[in-house]
Amino acid sequence: MEKKTDRATLTFGKSTSTLPSLLSFAVDDWYTGSAGKALADSTTSRVSFTLDSSLDSVNKLELTAEEVAQRAGFDEDTVTHVAMAVREAAVNAVLHGNAYDTTKHITASFETTSDSLIVRVTDQGPGLDPETIPDPLAPENILRGSGRGIFLIKAFMDEVHFRQLHPGTELTLIKYRKPAQPGN
Amino acid sequence: MSMKVQTRQVDGVTILDLSGRITLGEGSVTIRDAVRDVLAKGSNKILLNFAEISYIDSSGIGELVSAFTTVKNSGGELKLLNLTKKVHDLLQITKLYTVFDVREDEASAISSFNK
Repeated sequence: MEKKTDRATLTFGKSTSTLPSLLSFAVDDWYTGSAGKALADSTTSRVSFTLDSSLDSVNKLELTAEEVAQRAGFDEDTVTHVAMAVREAAVNAVLHGNAYDTTKHITASFETTSDSLIVRVTDQGPGLDPETIPDPLAPENILRGSGRGIFLIKAFMDEVHFRQLHPGTELTLIKYRKPAQPGN
Repeated sequence: MSMKVQTRQVDGVTILDLSGRITLGEGSVTIRDAVRDVLAKGSNKILLNFAEISYIDSSGIGELVSAFTTVKNSGGELKLLNLTKKVHDLLQITKLYTVFDVREDEASAISSFNK
C-alpha cells in the first residue's frame, strides 16, 4: 500500500499543533495499514477516520478519543468518560452495526470547538432505533449479559444523537467544556 | 494490555486475581473461561479480585453479570473484591453494585462465603 506522509493537525483556540506521537502514530498507521484511511483538515479542529470493522479499530478510536479530550483540556475523569463513551460507540458500530463485516467500514470524526468536543461515529449496518433498546436498569433487565453500551454513552456524554443513514447509523456524542475550565 | 488471571485457593474459596482490562474480546473471554474452569473443577465459591483491573467496558460488565448468574445457578456464590474507583463507579451507574456482593477485605470476604 502506498506510503502517505500526511500528519493530522488540530487547532485548539489560537494555537495550532501537530498531534503528539500517539495520534500521529495512529494516523500514520491508518494511512498505511489495512485498517483504513484518515483524513485531516488542517484549517479546523476536525479530524476524521475511516476504519475497518475490527476490535483493533475500536481500540484505536478509544485511544484517539483519550488523546483529543486531553488536548481539549478536559479533566482526567472526563477524559476517561469520553474515551469510554467513544469505545462503546465504536463497539456498537463494529459489532452491532457492521457485525465484523470486512466489506463494511466505520467512520469517526473528532471536532473540538470553543465550547465542546463533538464525536461522530457511523457504521454501514441495518440501522439502530434507540427507542427499541431496553432499559438496562429495569429490574427485568438488570441481570442481562448485554445492552449497557448506549446507556453508558448517554451517562458519560452531555448529548447523544442518533441519525439513520440508510444504510447505517450515525451517533453524535457531545461533551461540553465547563465554564470554569482553564483555557476557556 | 491483555487481561491475566491467577488462581489460588483459600479455605475452600477460589480466588481469581485479575489484572489488566476486561473488554470486548480477549478480556471478556478470559474471565468467562476462568469462571467456567473453576466450576468444572467442582468449586463454586469464587472471589474475583479486581485490585489490578484498570478498566472494564460494557461487554466486561455483561460478562461479570453472566458469570454471577452462572455461578448462582450452580448453587454457588461469586463475590467481588478490591474494586478500583473506575469499576466501582461503573457498577454504581449501572445499578449493579447492590446486585454483587462487593468486599474490601480478603479475609472477611473469605469468611463471608457459606461453608
